[in-house]
Amino acid sequence: MGIEGIGARVARKEDKRFLTGLGRYVDDMVVPGMKHAIFVRSPHAHAAIRSVDTKAAKAMPGVIGVLTGAELKNDGIGNLICGWMIHSKDGTPMKMGAYSALATDRVRYVGEAVAVVVAETRGQARDAAEAVEIDYEEMPAVTDAVEALEKGAPQLHPEAENNLIYDWEIGDASAVDQALDGAAHVTRMKLVNNRLVPNAMEPRAALGHYDMAEDHFTLWTTSQNPHVARLVMSAFYNVAPENKLRVIAPDVGGGFGSKIYVYPEEIVCLWASKKTGVPVKWVADRTESFLTDAHGRDHHTEVSLGFDADNRMVALKVDTIANFGGYMSLFSSCVPTYLYATLLSGQYAIPAIHCNVRAVYTNTAPVDAYRGAGRPEATYLLERTVETAARELGVSPAELRRKNFIREFPYQTPVIMNYDAGDYEASLDAAMREADYAGFPARRDEAKKRGKLRGIGMSCYIEACGIAPSQAVGSLGAGVGLWESAEVRVNAAGTIEVLTGSHSHGQGHETTFAQVVASRFGVPLEQVSIVHGDTDKVQMGMGTYGSRSGAVGASAIVKALDKVEAKAKKIAAHLLEADESDIVIENGEAKVAGTDRTLPWFQVALAAYTAHNLPEGMEPGLKEGAFYDPTNFTFPAGCYIAEVEVDPETGHTDVVQFVASDDFGNIINPLIVEGQVHGGLAQGIGQALLEGCHYDPASGQLVTASYMDYTMPRAGDLPSFQVSTTNTPCPGNPLGVKGCGEAGAIGSPPAIINAITDAIGNNDLSMPATPQKVWAAMRRNQ
Amino acid sequence: MSSGELEIGVEPTESFLLTTHYSLLTTSLIDLEEENPMHQTTYHRASSVSEAVKLLNDADDGKYVAGGQTLIPTMKQRLAAPSDLVDLRHIADLKGIEVSGDKVKIGAAATHAEVAENAALAKACPAFCHLAAHIGDPHVRHMGTVGGSIANNDPAADYPAALLALAATVHTNKREISADDFFVDLFETALEDDEIITAVSLTVPEKAGYGKFPNPASRYALTGVFVARRADGVRAAVTGAGENGVFRAEAIEKALSSSFDASALDGVTIPADGLMTDIHASAEYRANLIAVMAKRAVQAANG
Ligand SMILES: Cc1cc2nc3c(=O)[nH]c(=O)nc-3n(C[C@H](O)[C@H](O)[C@H](O)COP(=O)(O)OP(=O)(O)OC[C@H]3O[C@@H](n4cnc5c(N)ncnc54)[C@H](O)[C@@H]3O)c2cc1C
Repeated sequence: MGIEGIGARVARKEDKRFLTGLGRYVDDMVVPGMKHAIFVRSPHAHAAIRSVDTKAAKAMPGVIGVLTGAELKNDGIGNLICGWMIHSKDGTPMKMGAYSALATDRVRYVGEAVAVVVAETRGQARDAAEAVEIDYEEMPAVTDAVEALEKGAPQLHPEAENNLIYDWEIGDASAVDQALDGAAHVTRMKLVNNRLVPNAMEPRAALGHYDMAEDHFTLWTTSQNPHVARLVMSAFYNVAPENKLRVIAPDVGGGFGSKIYVYPEEIVCLWASKKTGVPVKWVADRTESFLTDAHGRDHHTEVSLGFDADNRMVALKVDTIANFGGYMSLFSSCVPTYLYATLLSGQYAIPAIHCNVRAVYTNTAPVDAYRGAGRPEATYLLERTVETAARELGVSPAELRRKNFIREFPYQTPVIMNYDAGDYEASLDAAMREADYAGFPARRDEAKKRGKLRGIGMSCYIEACGIAPSQAVGSLGAGVGLWESAEVRVNAAGTIEVLTGSHSHGQGHETTFAQVVASRFGVPLEQVSIVHGDTDKVQMGMGTYGSRSGAVGASAIVKALDKVEAKAKKIAAHLLEADESDIVIENGEAKVAGTDRTLPWFQVALAAYTAHNLPEGMEPGLKEGAFYDPTNFTFPAGCYIAEVEVDPETGHTDVVQFVASDDFGNIINPLIVEGQVHGGLAQGIGQALLEGCHYDPASGQLVTASYMDYTMPRAGDLPSFQVSTTNTPCPGNPLGVKGCGEAGAIGSPPAIINAITDAIGNNDLSMPATPQKVWAAMRRNQ
Repeated sequence: MSSGELEIGVEPTESFLLTTHYSLLTTSLIDLEEENPMHQTTYHRASSVSEAVKLLNDADDGKYVAGGQTLIPTMKQRLAAPSDLVDLRHIADLKGIEVSGDKVKIGAAATHAEVAENAALAKACPAFCHLAAHIGDPHVRHMGTVGGSIANNDPAADYPAALLALAATVHTNKREISADDFFVDLFETALEDDEIITAVSLTVPEKAGYGKFPNPASRYALTGVFVARRADGVRAAVTGAGENGVFRAEAIEKALSSSFDASALDGVTIPADGLMTDIHASAEYRANLIAVMAKRAVQAANG
């Protein structure tokens, strides 16, 4: 293993272009004749559209076309789909309302696209968009999911009676009820998981180009999974058949889930390009991002956790209402079900678990997966409940957790998941050591002298990454398989290109994937290039989300490398006149084990392409592809400990210490892993303390539609993180890796809230724990 | 430049300056033309107060612009669409900060950064510099101006509290207005439409301090209290909290008049009546913050 192989702290190759402003994003793409689109959006949360008059707008300077939903429909463009079928407990399929890329007869959230203007300049398109006359008949709106289920609530879709999309359950309800009845202690809580706006640094963008000569479409888009976008647009939206549609996702400035989905704007830019005869570019402004990017979280949950007299968990009962917004986004349905309820066992041996989930339409932006997707919601409720139980039982939160840890693997939970490996106690011990847990009382007393309330809080999370075994998810309703693909091309002079179906939008694949290849053959990192994000270059792939790129994407690369290595060994054996089984490839050369006979790597490659002297019957070339379908999820887990100081006069919280001990299995690049954890922690602490998406309940207007009202975490809001890892290698994939992209966002919110409630001595606190909320909670003590 | 693009009402020779100037306001002039996030407008650079008044009165629906840190975002959101912008920042009479004896005069076009970093002012009234140093971020502080801030009279802006507590005087091209009369209501001042603030002046206080609790998102004042002890008594002004904008807190002034010490405020409670409630803070919470920030302001004043 060379210095730049698996396990090396290599600085990211891609950062040079990002940090010097040389990254190329969709908005940097310029196509000859390109024009600009601006969307006309609903100012109302809920209204009937009586008419759309585009006449005045069409007459405005520079305007090339003004297009409406009616025309979209006429041209046979299909409604947006949801790619995961969930059945309610009564056996009926989920009730999905029609979702057109441009609204035709009704709008259901502020910001919904109704028409599009294409003009010479963005400014002209903007001016003309204001001249599109839409006659709305306003209707009462509902933004809160609990209220949307109540009698008499405004109804959004005729297909979904009482705004209920599905009423789903998992687990054994009667076993849970029985166990809770017989429990020595039951901790009950009502918890809200606050709605978040993803806020990727790069706003969404799309450039659609219809080439009349070839009858072919190209879409440059901010996507985490260009192949999935192409598949969905071809198979369901009738934009173009797959062989006539190229989707390119170039450099993408962050996604966090929000760029998984195929959005109306992408479909419309392609369709509008053919319609108007010009390439059409749209770039969201920040307000559009707030209004229309798929939001995250937004759960209301009631939870009961029962213990026996020995403080062992006996049952967990969860009842969740999940806000889906005005329409079902592409993967919305699986988030509060199979990405959430299946993780409710956490790190604990809980014999009986039942979870009921109601998915609900409201007059808000669609909600879908956002960094962690379901697992943060599960972790927040479980870890707040466990911490609360420890307080109620008068035992140490650490020891209550320790007592209930799962210790034998594989472990079958009552909610589908089968944990393959882990050592939860190792993470707990490492975190407690790093945090100097035992020294906390002294720190609390010292803070008190300074007039500060210091608190400590813990969270032991588990999550599921490496999404996912195709057959398993298919049986649960997924419309796609969740394997990954790779092709390894060794060029004639030995450099290597890897084409991957994973997509990098901040994860550092160009470095980690190259390290995997460099390790295998001992070639320098700069001789390895990673190609991704273009359906014309890369074979079908499934993209990046759910921390799957290492566990699934890199596994596909390993499979392809196996094939390349096997062939290279055959060639080397032939040239070195040795037995194939005696050939080893390392340090950039093939050698006969135990001898000094070697052949440089490039000569092996060259031999494959000159084909002057290959083994009998061997095809020329050195290029292999592979598809890897995982056999199980992977299960990263860890322990986070937060310490906070609260100003009793203002309620302001300072996070003064944050320790993260994660088990990600084997690690390809510790530097990148730490970066991923830092980013995740910033987002998780953001959710816990700062970020709260707020719709005005009466008007349905998004009040937090800019950074003046939506608080993003800033460096000054965060401490210097103390991160470390423990390692139980994942037995399910060749690299033994688990995934690290979401853990920080999953594990940190409950640690922060547990620390604040510890500091102030009041457990009645919701996220984001703003100064005013913390102050109000302290006042309720008095 | 083709029709439909931004018209620029300055000499071509000034276009370089204009580009750099606007690059701070938005992205760059080039981008501005392509993107044109705001309605078309005509930019004028005035070199004297009288020229500025004339340019404004000649315009259909003109507006003065200074640092643009409030006006330009509003235009980009298309909530304002002035036909003409008259830039005041290059008028010599509006520039500079003078401190002589116990008199301070700050030109309306002085930026927050210039105020924050002025050495003479820091000696005379450090609290004023401290306040300016905590407005927004470096970008905002290097563009935004004193005149623009008080003309705008945002209920969460910082300067209004200082001016009111220091019994400052607002100088315009027409008259002098006491701070007591200047701040009328939310985003409303005593200014007439074409009236230009030229400077603010104040007498150096014996002691002064500012306590600010920033809005977690915008970093404007969620509540800010400026206290000043002057020969003629103690004044305390509150920003960020009042339903009608900046106001004087009598309970605090009274308590501090007997003893200008934080302990004098122990037990002083502020009623929530007349205070704002929004998603960031209830009136009750703001009432609490007024008392707490007043204490911290006094502590700062007593250094
Ligand atoms: C991100 C951000 C954060 C901010 N944070 C804070 C903060 O923490 N505290 C705070 O107090 N402010 C804050 N501000 C506001 C900032 O201080 C602005 O600079 C100020 O409010 C307006 O000043 P300006 O010079 O930019 O005025 P402009 O935006 O140019 O003008 C504002 C208004 O004043 C008028 N005007 C300008 N100059 C004059 C004059 N001389 N005479 C008459 N009318 C005039 C204009 O016509 C316009 O109506 C923030 C702004 C931003 C963008």
